[in-house]
Amino acid sequence: MKYIKFLFTGILFGIIMTKSEIISWFRIQEMFRFQSFHMFGIIGSAIVTGLILVQIIKRKNMKNIYGSSICINDKKLSISRYLFGGIVFGLGWALTGACPGPMYIMLGNGYAVYVTVILSALLGTFTYGVVKDKLPH
Amino acid sequence: MTLIEFISNPWPWFVSGPMIAIVMFLLLWTGENFGVSSTLRSICSMSGASKHSNYFDFDWKSQTWNIIFIFGSIIGGFLASTYIQNPEPLLINNDTINDLAALGINFNGEIIPNELFNWESLLTVKGFFIIIIGGFLVGFGARWAGGCTSGHAISGLSNLQIPSLIAVVGFFIGGLIMTFLFFPLIF
Repeated sequence: MKYIKFLFTGILFGIIMTKSEIISWFRIQEMFRFQSFHMFGIIGSAIVTGLILVQIIKRKNMKNIYGSSICINDKKLSISRYLFGGIVFGLGWALTGACPGPMYIMLGNGYAVYVTVILSALLGTFTYGVVKDKLPH
Repeated sequence: MTLIEFISNPWPWFVSGPMIAIVMFLLLWTGENFGVSSTLRSICSMSGASKHSNYFDFDWKSQTWNIIFIFGSIIGGFLASTYIQNPEPLLINNDTINDLAALGINFNGEIIPNELFNWESLLTVKGFFIIIIGGFLVGFGARWAGGCTSGHAISGLSNLQIPSLIAVVGFFIGGLIMTFLFFPLIF
């Protein structure tokens, strides 16, 4: 039962992503071609809202539902892994028009062929795990 | 206009963006964090990938909440597309429609190019690229960069993380290279 809250948060996430058309391949193309403000507005307003929420959490030392402080870990600084990994991710994002969230949510939208997108992403993840020691991080 | 009709229309960016941040907040408040691509690693671990790399040798059961979260998101996608479906076809910029038409990708109001995303097209060069190669690069790149749009662009930038800024710059460099250099070669 402790997991049911995550099911509901997930349902909310799936509805938002579907209704805002972020899951649309065409919307992602519009973004990469800078021909619509839609995606930039979504990402931008999510970050601004997120910034405010994170600042409130930190300044008020907000507790989570279990009573412990909400800690948000800093990411380890490096350039190569984020830049090169990011570029590889971007190459794929423009092709599939779906980052990992939308890949799953498209299944719920009835596009069963996205199972193959997810399986390919799993293969990509697996391959990364096998070769990661040979990559710059 | 009823409430159902109202929420059936596409949601504007200034509603969706803040709501995504609220999803992130709800996950923090319930003791976790917002990052979808780590589920790819968990699913690999669950399937026994730790035999092949220590990257998958971690306590994936501690990530069960995230698997439940993405399962919920699939249900959310179903509910939104079934009960509060947009009554109108998708509207995108005419320039995008024309640019894509020049590449032979036709827009017909569907949210994806159906002629490319189907089982038969998997056996074609274009379909193989857009589905298999694309998916592979997303999975590989997300884990190399240590996060995807949710983990870096939303969670990371909200927390003013420089690594996330570098990753997001990388996302756009990759996306622009694909769109403007490789699309004309593939399509």
